[in-house]
Amino acid sequence: MAKIELQGLVKEYGKSRAVHGIDLTIEDGEFVVFVGPSGCGKSTTLRMIAGLEDISGGVLKIGDEVVNQREPKQRNIAMVFQNYAIYPHMTVGQNIGFGLYTSKLSKAEKQKRIAETGAILGLEKLLDRRPAALSGGQRQRVAIGRAMVRDPVAFLFDEPLSNLDAQLRAQMRMEIKSLHRRLGTTIVYVTHDQVEAMTMADKIVVMKDGHILQVGTPTDLYEHPLDVFTARFIGSPSMNLVPATIEGGTLSLADAKWAGGALPNTNGKVLVGVRPHDLVVTDDAGQGLSATGTVVAVEPLGSETLVHLQLAGETVVATAPGRVVPAIGSTVSVAAEVGSLYLFDAATEKALGRA
Amino acid sequence: MTAMTSSELAANRRDIRPGRIIIWTLLVIGGLIMITPLLFMFSTSLKTAGQVYDLRLIPASPTFANYVKVLGDGRFMQWFFNSTFIAVTVTLSNVFFDSLVGYTLAKFEFRGRYFIFLAILSTLMIPTEMLVIPWYLMSSQLGWIDSYWGIMFPGMMTAFGTFLMKQFFEGVPNDFLEAARVDGLNEFTIWWKIAMPMVVPAISALAIFTFLGNWTAFFWPLIVTTSKELYTLPVGISSFSAESSIQWELIMTGAAIGTIPTLVVFLLLQRYIVRGVMLAGLKG
Repeated sequence: MAKIELQGLVKEYGKSRAVHGIDLTIEDGEFVVFVGPSGCGKSTTLRMIAGLEDISGGVLKIGDEVVNQREPKQRNIAMVFQNYAIYPHMTVGQNIGFGLYTSKLSKAEKQKRIAETGAILGLEKLLDRRPAALSGGQRQRVAIGRAMVRDPVAFLFDEPLSNLDAQLRAQMRMEIKSLHRRLGTTIVYVTHDQVEAMTMADKIVVMKDGHILQVGTPTDLYEHPLDVFTARFIGSPSMNLVPATIEGGTLSLADAKWAGGALPNTNGKVLVGVRPHDLVVTDDAGQGLSATGTVVAVEPLGSETLVHLQLAGETVVATAPGRVVPAIGSTVSVAAEVGSLYLFDAATEKALGRA
Repeated sequence: MTAMTSSELAANRRDIRPGRIIIWTLLVIGGLIMITPLLFMFSTSLKTAGQVYDLRLIPASPTFANYVKVLGDGRFMQWFFNSTFIAVTVTLSNVFFDSLVGYTLAKFEFRGRYFIFLAILSTLMIPTEMLVIPWYLMSSQLGWIDSYWGIMFPGMMTAFGTFLMKQFFEGVPNDFLEAARVDGLNEFTIWWKIAMPMVVPAISALAIFTFLGNWTAFFWPLIVTTSKELYTLPVGISSFSAESSIQWELIMTGAAIGTIPTLVVFLLLQRYIVRGVMLAGLKG
């Protein structure tokens, strides 16, 4: 187990820069998730940590040692790939054992390790099967097994659940999480799925265009996003953002009324953010934000209904109790409580505070 | 087998369409054209010298005397061994070196990679006949005339094989190789243990082409050998016609025996060609 430090890490492909000097410390035993859209540099960063990409600038330390020039095998890390990358011509046991190919352990010791790893992952009855005879979830477990068997200082996961169906993905999320609790090994996990990031991470790193935008716990990022990108990216369904102005402490928002009192001390154009679960269809105006809008779509989910409505020229999503399904074209009132609004500067898209 | 019901028979009859009849007829004609020389080869090998020009497919009085004569001739067994040794060695060499170069060209980024690939490909444009004189001069100066090495060296690596293997290696996902790299394997072991098993169909195809090409090679072995002990099977068999008169029955017997290894190689390797193992380890 080891701490991983990224100091001004840069990756350049020719003249274009994919990662712009990022700084990050991943503590020993921490579960850190890199999240961001395609092309944000998260996989490139992971591959630099693995040693599969050359580092163009900056320093990478694993366990207090600079490893910039070290080969992947000298870093003692293990990696699980999106496509599993388990070898089709080997059995499950051989695949798991392949992680020990260069190990100096005795044959008996290797067999013992393979059996133990198989047992932890529930693969003990499949050790003689070939990958072609396994389901997607089992294949992913084999890939994790090959990584585990070596007892590495850190696990690197590159979008490992992307190819699984939704149900299996939810199950594997919990399995990986409990595996982390059991092993206590540092995990760096890359995904574009914010649900994975929120449910698994001790710490989330939000990346965009080769920069780190924000680092924090899932709750931190959800409650205190530093900019519009993070605010939209974290949370499902994503946050509503509506243009408005603040002049002399008064919020002007078309079709809406603010009765919540103090606002951040600013003047000019802002973006008002409110999460769908905080914007509730109700006739009771209450103390915070109240508005009316025309229903353009509804998504009844059983436990609740997502109501899409036109508000200040934008389509926003509000929630209603499951049994309430407003008619499309009807006008409904929505309200958000004091403290549920996020305000951002319209020009810089940086957070101004909550209201 | 149970008898067909009248409705099943009617259904079968409906399937016989004019297009299908034409295709089947063409296929049967093609098949007959292909197999007739083979049948005559076996037929002639069972005839006596006097019956050779009797063109009946089934000999009037079949005899295995030609087989006894050919197999009893020490020279034939020597030629058979020569051909086997040369074809196997050249095939192994091609599988090893063509794959190694093909893999390097497919999976490593380096300056001049494309130029090297083009240079290798361009050699495919040069006909063998043009190369024979330089090969001969080279063999002569290096003392390789009339030796196994002299027969084998031009085919130890081929541009076609390199091209074929490169194309197949390009289809091997990099994730497999990177996973092995993270697992601590060196580049040679990654190629040998991970990449090679994933291109078994290509290796089989290359092995079959190379083996057949070398087993039936005639022109170069004829030129580079002078002593009869070093003849390959095709050169040796052709010498049956050069001694006094053309002994067709012996030539056909030699050729019939000569087809056996090619059939064995094809039957052993053909199943690997159709077995696509590569994608089994990726997402299902």
